[in-house]
Amino acid sequence: MEREVLLHSDTEYRGRNANCTFWDCLNIYKCEHDKLKVYIYPLQEFLDEKSDKVASTLSSEYFQILETVLKSRYYTSNPNEACLFLPSLDLLNQDMFDKHLAGPALSSLNFWDRGENHLIFNMLPGSAPNYNTILDVNIDNAIVLGGGFDSWTYRPGFDVAIPVWSPLVQQISTAPIHNGLHRNYLLVVAQLNILPQHARTFNELKANSAEKILQLGSCGGNEIEARCSSAPHQKRFEYPRILRRGQFCFVGRSLRVGQPDLIEIMSQNCIPVLAIDNFVLPFEDVIDWSLAAVRLRESELHSIIRKLESISSVKILEMQKQVQYLYTNYLKDLKTITITALEIIESRIFPLLARSSRQWNTVNKNSHSTFNPIFLTSLVPKSQGFTAVILTYDRVESLFLLIQKLTVVPSLQSILVIWNNQKKMPPHLSTFPTIAKPLKIIQTRENKLSNRFYPYPEIETEAILTIDDDIIMLTSDELDFGYEVWREFPDHIVGFPSRIHVWDNSTMRWHYESEWTNQISMVLTGAAFHHKYWSHMYTYAMPGDIKHWVDEHMNCEDIAMNFLVANLTNNPPIKVTPRKKFKCPECTNTEMLSADLNHMRERSACIDRFSKIYGRMPLRTVEFRADPVLFRDNFPEKLKRYNDIGSL
Amino acid sequence: MQAKKRYILVFVSCAFLAISFCYFGGYRLKVAPNRPRRAQHESAKDGGIQPYAQLPSFISFEQRKPLANESSAAIAASKKNACRMESCFDFTKCYDQFLVYVYPPEPLNSLGAAPPSSANYQKILTAIQESRYHTSDPAAACLFVLGIDTLDRDSLSDDYVRNVPSRLARLPHWNNGRNHIIFNLYSGTWPDYAEHSLGFDAGEAILAKASMSVLQMRHGFDVSIPLFHKQFPLRAGATGSVQSNNFPANKKYLLAFKGKRYVHGIGSETRNSLFHLHNGRDMVMVTTCRHGKSWRELQDNRCDEDNREYDRYDYETLLQNSTFCLVPRGRRLGSFRFLEALQAGCIPVLLSNAWVLPFESKIDWKQAAIWADERLLLQVPDIVRSISAERIFALRQQTQVLWERYFGSIEKIVFTTFEIIRERLPDYPVRSNLIWNSSPGALLTLPTFADSSRFMPFLLNAMGMEPRHNYTAVIYVQIGAALGPNAALYKLVRTITKSQFVDRILVLWAADRPLPLKKRWPPTFHIPLHVIALGGSSRGAATPTVQTGAEARPSISQRFLPYDEIQTDAVLSLDEDAILNTDELDFAYTVWRDFPERIVGYPARAHFWDDSKNAWGYTSKWTNYYSIVLTGAAFYHRYYNYLYTNWLSLLLLKTVQQSSNCEDILMNLLVSHVTRKPPIKVTQRKGYKDRETGRSPWNDPDHFIQRQSCLNTFAAVFGYMPLIRSNLRMDPMLYRDPVSNLRKKYRQIELVGS
Repeated sequence: MEREVLLHSDTEYRGRNANCTFWDCLNIYKCEHDKLKVYIYPLQEFLDEKSDKVASTLSSEYFQILETVLKSRYYTSNPNEACLFLPSLDLLNQDMFDKHLAGPALSSLNFWDRGENHLIFNMLPGSAPNYNTILDVNIDNAIVLGGGFDSWTYRPGFDVAIPVWSPLVQQISTAPIHNGLHRNYLLVVAQLNILPQHARTFNELKANSAEKILQLGSCGGNEIEARCSSAPHQKRFEYPRILRRGQFCFVGRSLRVGQPDLIEIMSQNCIPVLAIDNFVLPFEDVIDWSLAAVRLRESELHSIIRKLESISSVKILEMQKQVQYLYTNYLKDLKTITITALEIIESRIFPLLARSSRQWNTVNKNSHSTFNPIFLTSLVPKSQGFTAVILTYDRVESLFLLIQKLTVVPSLQSILVIWNNQKKMPPHLSTFPTIAKPLKIIQTRENKLSNRFYPYPEIETEAILTIDDDIIMLTSDELDFGYEVWREFPDHIVGFPSRIHVWDNSTMRWHYESEWTNQISMVLTGAAFHHKYWSHMYTYAMPGDIKHWVDEHMNCEDIAMNFLVANLTNNPPIKVTPRKKFKCPECTNTEMLSADLNHMRERSACIDRFSKIYGRMPLRTVEFRADPVLFRDNFPEKLKRYNDIGSL
Repeated sequence: MQAKKRYILVFVSCAFLAISFCYFGGYRLKVAPNRPRRAQHESAKDGGIQPYAQLPSFISFEQRKPLANESSAAIAASKKNACRMESCFDFTKCYDQFLVYVYPPEPLNSLGAAPPSSANYQKILTAIQESRYHTSDPAAACLFVLGIDTLDRDSLSDDYVRNVPSRLARLPHWNNGRNHIIFNLYSGTWPDYAEHSLGFDAGEAILAKASMSVLQMRHGFDVSIPLFHKQFPLRAGATGSVQSNNFPANKKYLLAFKGKRYVHGIGSETRNSLFHLHNGRDMVMVTTCRHGKSWRELQDNRCDEDNREYDRYDYETLLQNSTFCLVPRGRRLGSFRFLEALQAGCIPVLLSNAWVLPFESKIDWKQAAIWADERLLLQVPDIVRSISAERIFALRQQTQVLWERYFGSIEKIVFTTFEIIRERLPDYPVRSNLIWNSSPGALLTLPTFADSSRFMPFLLNAMGMEPRHNYTAVIYVQIGAALGPNAALYKLVRTITKSQFVDRILVLWAADRPLPLKKRWPPTFHIPLHVIALGGSSRGAATPTVQTGAEARPSISQRFLPYDEIQTDAVLSLDEDAILNTDELDFAYTVWRDFPERIVGYPARAHFWDDSKNAWGYTSKWTNYYSIVLTGAAFYHRYYNYLYTNWLSLLLLKTVQQSSNCEDILMNLLVSHVTRKPPIKVTQRKGYKDRETGRSPWNDPDHFIQRQSCLNTFAAVFGYMPLIRSNLRMDPMLYRDPVSNLRKKYRQIELVGS
């Protein structure tokens, strides 16, 4: 099948529109669908009519790029619904295509329109003698996904910097390479096309620190997969494997600024050291290279050893981890590279979908790193007070008593009674104690423990006091003080009844303890303050089936909340005041009262179960509790802000 | 048609690639799982190959071959025009330090009048001159700041300085702008407001400019700064105005805008169409044409109606009560509104195509703002409605973090600009994105301290890490009473030795009396004891040289020098006469491990506002709250030693030196300034001094008055009062509980009263 297209005969060289920005060269109206759609031109071969020369032959790499897009969620076969257009003409390497034919070939494309919304993949731009950092083809307004940009040719927010791919990387086994400080050389220099003056600098450096630098060159011939040390004791090394011997590996400027060495280095988990001034690093828009690479100016090359030696071993390990993370997530094969590049463009067109820099750069797997969603914790002078959320079933008498006690707490803003009984209507509001604070009753549809943590719109304060209907012993001073403590630690769970988890070596399981001990790791939500955000997270973002499980078993909702907050913040809970009895003066242990051994066993099982779901034990143990500053001080009562504190 | 053709397009049949290649015919590729290339070749015969394996690679040895000597000459010769650091900046001036020179004020002109210099430009210069960046020696300077006010380059403006080119030409170090920085808020004028039009050639100077566009900005060279108004504070400034962190935010309005529109001319289109979005309910978009002398002549037929609607809403009320605030371009790309919205915690919705946001190279605005597109104005309501409550919660908090850390004052804006430039210097470490975009931010994170956040107190929790183990006890000796088994110092060292977490003991001997002989000290067994005599000359590489004269005595601030001997994250700072038992040390240390960014210790003090004196008061009386924990017996992170020594204004250090007092108060202000949190007091103990040790400066009433005056000086230099009160103290879990003492871990603490 042969198709013919009329081409312009005038082929004056314009290059590209250097002034393109996202805001004027990208036709946003083509992208008004809610998703990014990319159309791929049919695979065609462009021939010069006279000489039969081909404009470009398809490379394996470009085929993979096309194939990736084709199979991705971005692909559309309908040019009318496409936002972006991907020519099938392979322009990856300017040495491999005919730059005089490429321009006319592009402009012959059906929807070319001076390159508007077209994507040009290119890894090696320019050609002898001056090696431009942008390909010498009339690409007009097209977006370049280029591997060889310097900061002059890169159009920020419009082009995308991609890595120069290396076919050697494809052959590397996927076996993980271990991080560590035990690598033989501080620096491996194995780039073949290193600038001669840089090579000279390394020779000089080697004179003083030969054991730190491994400098390798070509073994003769056209071989890429081996590197040799220099005569007279020439040794041959397998490449890129040899890069594993270096803590750091060097990439310098050559004829082109982008080099395949970068990706080879990272594939061997070696930390790249770049000496290419104004080179735009791959995916620089989103990747924070300061975490994974060392950059130095070309003119500072002589200080490279000093600079690398000043890096702490902790930092080296962090960088190795980051190199591995970046490589596996954004660079490891052409598919990953292509998808990453498209995602960057997508996030420009649909900025709402954009990941933040933290999301792009944080190594999350197998680590305890976290992002505390309540990070604005500075104390403000004005206080909103708290909403007391009382979960109750039918203990009306106790409930009314509690309400009366709560209402005198100065910082109480309002009370919300969650009536968790479907068989019985809650008592009429008129029968409730008359109080000066707003009170609302919500009857739930199902008797579920998670109702306690539902983020009811009726809760207008940041702080929620969750409290059981039988916790009648807390004094007004204690509650008021508890709220003050919460204000100082608004991202923590702050409360009164505390518990501890301990590892039982005999059963190899976690064990739940309610004894009075020197340590705690949980504060029970039978009487505790927490930020309303945690209620939201509990209801909508609890990992695994924890929420469902808790509702099924009618137990452990408090443990689940402690896990949730600890996992998101890495913070311990805060126990307030010495109080350990909550229901009646005679009660010895709040938990032993309501439950038997079975209950305790179930709670131990909860801890075990939750820690498996989280993949770690997020709970943190502490040895302190919060008391008022003048607690137990011999001081006039009327000058003490909190007096009624401390009776157990 | 055919006759004109010079190129023929040939559709390549898929034959040479096997049939699976024809994806455009609707066939799916059958791709084998990734296998090493060699294996693919071998399996080629049986057909199960990856189609691309037979294609050539795009790269070959040719592109990687070793270079001949002459080939590099070609690329070196290629010359680029737009400035980059490598081409327009002399790094050799910045090797050791990053110092900034400010030109003296412009000489008077022939008529005897000084050229105008706006209040804001004066503030910029003051901020620099009073900072640690400043040098009065141009030979030592890395960066030069003009004495000529270049903020307003709108030739119609009152602040416009004339004859700038000739003034520049007269500058002794101008050198076509090399290593100079030019601050600018407005460029261009009516009618086109051309961004590049400064009225002079900035040459190779770095522009720190507001309203920059992607096109004009010299990538990696210029710095985009925010537009700030005439009353903007020099330092400190108001904190973010968000008073609550409710979830969901529940604001009355979803999106708001109140401002001028221009009817005609550049940039007018966007604001002119805003009325389409106004619904009077949750979207309030009100504009007015009533500005400028001749608005009546220029008005269009919407103006009257717009003005009526405009007057119904109050700007401040909208800011406080809206979740999102529209920030559309005006005549120029940036507007005051951006910072106003940021401060108010009203999430900016940007409607200013191609604008480079302030400090965009470092600040990840995705965490604090939303982008809209001027071309798609009508999509704005859908965009803001689609943003989840969680996202709003995070965005809103981040507006406050950024405001507080980088934008609250002119000083912060200038320092941030400097730090961005400084990170480009060859020997200065680059801070990570995470450091820049979380509290306490880059200005308070000195990357020269350590290359990993592991060694800093701020991000440990986020990294899922704890501080490194154990502490270094640093005892500051001022009196130096004779050392014997009954001396307070002797007992103190012995107590520390028994602590299970002590790494080593450092005694800083600042007393006039001679150092005690080695045998006089109590045995410390395996715990190293270092005694450092603090002589007249200060010590350590990073020492500030605050000297009032040749005979200047050593400053009491020396107790906070970042001594190399301190290898642990935790520093236990002690006065020589502190009386604490071992349990108290160990307990305070375990508390500190959970709050490594704060001061955790025993002697609590409080500050208060004294209405009668109209000044800050300082009290050591028992109160229900405290805001200071003195470093006479407290734990803190060793990073604060570094920050105290290398970051604090020299003015503050000088105050401490001259009074030989207040260093502990200053440390508290510093830490609270960094954390925005109070210190933590542990246990009931109030007195921590051995009263027997007479001659203590603490018994001197003047000492106390001096501390009060220090507090006021410090607050003035910080520009605000950083101290924050706390109502709680931390006690051991079973403290004073009626259980057997044998069950308690910290038994000695039970015996200590107030």
